[in-house]
Amino acid sequence: MDPILEFRSVEKVFPGVRALSGISLQLGRGEVRGLVGENGAGKSTLLKLLSGAYQPTSGSIAIEGKPVEFKSTRAALDAGIAVIYQELNLVPDMTIAENLFLGHMPKRRPGVFVDSRAMDSGAKEGLELVMEDIDPLTKVRRLPIAQRQMVEIAKALLKNAKIIAFDEPTSSLSELETVNLFKIIKGLKSHGTSVIYVSHRLEEIFEVCDSVTVFRDGLCVETFADMRDVDQDKLVSRMVGRDIHNIYGYRGREVGEVAFEAKGIEGSGLSAPASFSAREGEIVGFFGLVGAGRTELMKLVYGATRKKAGTIELGGEKVRVGRPRDAIRHGIAYLPEDRKDEGIIPVRSVAENINLSCRRIHSRLGFFVRRKWEEENAAAYVGKLSIKTPSLEQAVSNLSGGNQQKVILARWLSEDTRVIIMDEPTRGIDVGTKSEIYSLMYGLAEAGKTIIFVSSDLPEVMGISDRLVVMKEGRIVAEVPRREMEKERILRLALPDAREESAQSPSNPQRAIL
Amino acid sequence: MSTDKSVSKTVKRIWDNSGMLLVFIVLFALLSIFVPYFLTWRNMIGLGLSVSMVGMVACTMLFCLASGDFDLSVENIVAFSGVTAVVLINLTGDVALGIVVGILAGGLVGLLNGLIIAKAGINALITTLAMSQIVRGLAFIVSGGQARSVGNAGFFGLGNGLVLGIPSPIWITIACFIVFAVLIRSTTYGKNTLAIGGNREAARLAGINVDGVKIVIFTVQGFMAGFAGVVLASRMTSGQPNTSQGFSLDVISACVLGGVSLSGGVAPILGAIVGVLIMGTVQDAMNLMNIPTFYQYVVRGLILLIAVLIDKAKQQTRRA
Repeated sequence: MDPILEFRSVEKVFPGVRALSGISLQLGRGEVRGLVGENGAGKSTLLKLLSGAYQPTSGSIAIEGKPVEFKSTRAALDAGIAVIYQELNLVPDMTIAENLFLGHMPKRRPGVFVDSRAMDSGAKEGLELVMEDIDPLTKVRRLPIAQRQMVEIAKALLKNAKIIAFDEPTSSLSELETVNLFKIIKGLKSHGTSVIYVSHRLEEIFEVCDSVTVFRDGLCVETFADMRDVDQDKLVSRMVGRDIHNIYGYRGREVGEVAFEAKGIEGSGLSAPASFSAREGEIVGFFGLVGAGRTELMKLVYGATRKKAGTIELGGEKVRVGRPRDAIRHGIAYLPEDRKDEGIIPVRSVAENINLSCRRIHSRLGFFVRRKWEEENAAAYVGKLSIKTPSLEQAVSNLSGGNQQKVILARWLSEDTRVIIMDEPTRGIDVGTKSEIYSLMYGLAEAGKTIIFVSSDLPEVMGISDRLVVMKEGRIVAEVPRREMEKERILRLALPDAREESAQSPSNPQRAIL
Repeated sequence: MSTDKSVSKTVKRIWDNSGMLLVFIVLFALLSIFVPYFLTWRNMIGLGLSVSMVGMVACTMLFCLASGDFDLSVENIVAFSGVTAVVLINLTGDVALGIVVGILAGGLVGLLNGLIIAKAGINALITTLAMSQIVRGLAFIVSGGQARSVGNAGFFGLGNGLVLGIPSPIWITIACFIVFAVLIRSTTYGKNTLAIGGNREAARLAGINVDGVKIVIFTVQGFMAGFAGVVLASRMTSGQPNTSQGFSLDVISACVLGGVSLSGGVAPILGAIVGVLIMGTVQDAMNLMNIPTFYQYVVRGLILLIAVLIDKAKQQTRRA
C-alpha cells in the first residue's frame, strides 16, 4: 500500500513545551482514519502541521511519497489538503456563496468583476455536496450554527482536496446533519479521498472510520488498522494510559426534600411555560438537541436573561431572581455553556478567576480585598480540584479547556451554593478530566447540593443523572427517572416529530445522538 | 541552552514589569546631560506642574480603560468646569462655591456619560465624543466666548500655593496616585473593573454589577476632570473655554505607554505613572529645546502610535 500521506518522525517543539515527539504515521488513499486522544495529546498540533499553520521542528511530511514543506496554509491548500476546524471561519455578513468562494471568487473577463452567476451555480453545487437545501444568497448570519458548520464543510469539499481533516465536526450538528456528514465521508472515501477524523465522541469513530490512531502526551501510542480489533474501553485505556471501565462511575445516594422549584418560566427561547423541580442531593440532567431551549431555560432561571413570567422557589420559599447577583445571593450557581465567552476572564490570573464572585463577602467592609484569604482560597481549590497550572498567577487563557472548567467550578465552590447549574460541563474536555468532573459532581450531590446539568451527550446524561428531563423545540416534554432510562425512548422524545423516521433507522441503533 | 532560556525569560519579565521605567530613567539621564537647564529646580517644578494635570486624570482614565472603555470628553470637562468656576466666583464673590460647583459640573457630565454608556448601551467612544462637543459648546456659552479672568485673589491659592516649596497641584497629583493605586489593586471596585474589562459577560454572569461599576467609573472621571479644570483655572488665574485641546489623547497615550491595555483587563498603575512622566518629560524637553509647536504635535502623535503598537505586541504574547 503506498500511502498518500506520511509523517516521518515529526517533532514539534514550542518554547518550554514539546507538543509532538517523533510522530510516524501513514494514511492510505481512500482511508478514513480516526484520531483520538485527550486534550493536549497533540491532535490539534498535528492538524496545524498538516494545514501549514505550523512547520515541524524536525522530521518530514510526505504527500504521495514526496517530502513537502508547507510554508503557509495556502501551500497546503494548493497541495490538496483541507482542514475543517471546530471554530468556524465564515464572514457572517456575507452570503453563503461569497463565503464558499472567499479568496478565489470566479471572475468575469476583464478580470476585475466578480462572475456572480458562476459563483451562484458553484455555490448550489457546494450545498448539494453537503445535502443542504438553502438559498446560496442567504447571509451566513441568519443560519443556525449547524448549517454554518455544513457551509464550512462545503467550502473544503469545493476545493477538491485529496486529504480532508475534520476537527470535532459534529459538536454543533443536529442529528440529521450528523447522518448527512457520515454519508458525505463515505462518499469521499469511494472517491479515493482520504479523511482524518478527530473526535472525542468515540461512538462516531466506530461508526465512520476504517482505522484509528491514539495519541497521548504528544506521542503516537497505537494505530489500530482494523476497527474490529478494538472497542471503546480499549481505546479509552490507550488514550488515558490506564484502565477505565465505565467512565461514568455512577454512585447512587439518598435524595432529600425538594430544594428547588421553577414554576411557569416563560421567556426568550421557550415555546411554552417550563416547570421543573429538583431535590437535595439529586443530579438532574437536561437532554435535548441543539436548539431545544435548555441553555435558554437555565439562563432564565439564573436571572441572566429577563423572565417574562414564572417564579423560583428555594426550599419552598419564593425568591426573586432578576439578575445573576440575586441568584448568587440565594446560593444558585451557573457554569455557562460557552467557557471562553461567558466563563473565564482570559487575561486575568487563575487566582483572580477563582475569587471573582466570592471576593466581596470575604473583603473588609465589602470593599478592601483580603489578599491573603484569596490566595489561600485559590491554592486550596487548585489542590482540591487538581487544577493543572504552573502558578496561581498564570493567565487562565493558558490553561487547557478542562482546567479552565475546573477554575470556573472552583469559583462557584468558593461560594455558599445550594443549587449548581452546569451547562455542558464536559464539552471539549478529555476523558481523564471528564471522569474527574463526574466524581466532583457526585461528591457535591453527596454533600447535599442540588446539581442541574445540561448535556447533549446522551450516554453521559444517562450515565450520571438520577433523573432526566427531556426538552424539545423550546419546551419540556418528559421526565425520565433513572430506572426507566432507555436510549431509543429518550431519543424519540427529543427528536422533532418529522425526524422520527431517521431515528428508527436500523443502520446503527448504538450510535449516540449529539 | 537552559541558561539562554532563563536569561531571555528574565529579560522578558523585567521588560514586562518595568521596561517603561527603564526607558524613563535612561531618557531622564540623557536629557539631564544634553539639554541645558533640564536638571534645574525651576524646570523640575515646571515639569511637575505640567505633568500634574495629565497625572490626575490618568488615575481615573486608568479605570476607564481597564473596564474596556474610552473617554474623549475629559478635555472639554476641564475647560467647562474651569470656566464655570471662574464665572461663578466673579458673579458671587464666593470662591468656595465656585470651586465646588465647578467640580460638580464635571461630575454631572461624567454621570451622564456613564448613564448613556451603561444603560442605553451606546459605545463609549461615540458617547464621549458627542458629549465632548456638547460640553465644549457649553464652555463657550458660559464664558461668553472669551477667557474670563478672576478678580478674587482667594482663588489663586489652589493652583499656586506652595507647600514645603512645592506647588500644591503636584502634591494633589501625588495624593491621587496613591489613592487610585490602592483602589485598583486592593479594592473590590478595582478588581471588578478589571474583570469587566477582561470579559464583560463573564463578569456579569459571575454576579458583578457591570452597569453600576461603569457609571461610577465615568462619574468619578467627571469629578476628577472637573477638579483638574478648576485647578488649571486657578493656575492660569482665568477660565479659558478653549484650553486643553488634545488633552484626552495625552492622558490615554500616557496610560497606554505605561502598559494599560486598550482591550481592557490590564491596568498597571505604576506603568501609567511612568507613562505620564515620560510624556511630560518629552514635552518639557521639546519646550526647552525650542522645538516649534507644530513638530511637538508630530512627536506626541508618534509616541501614541508607538505606545499602541507595543500594546498590540503585548496582547499577542498574552494570548500565546
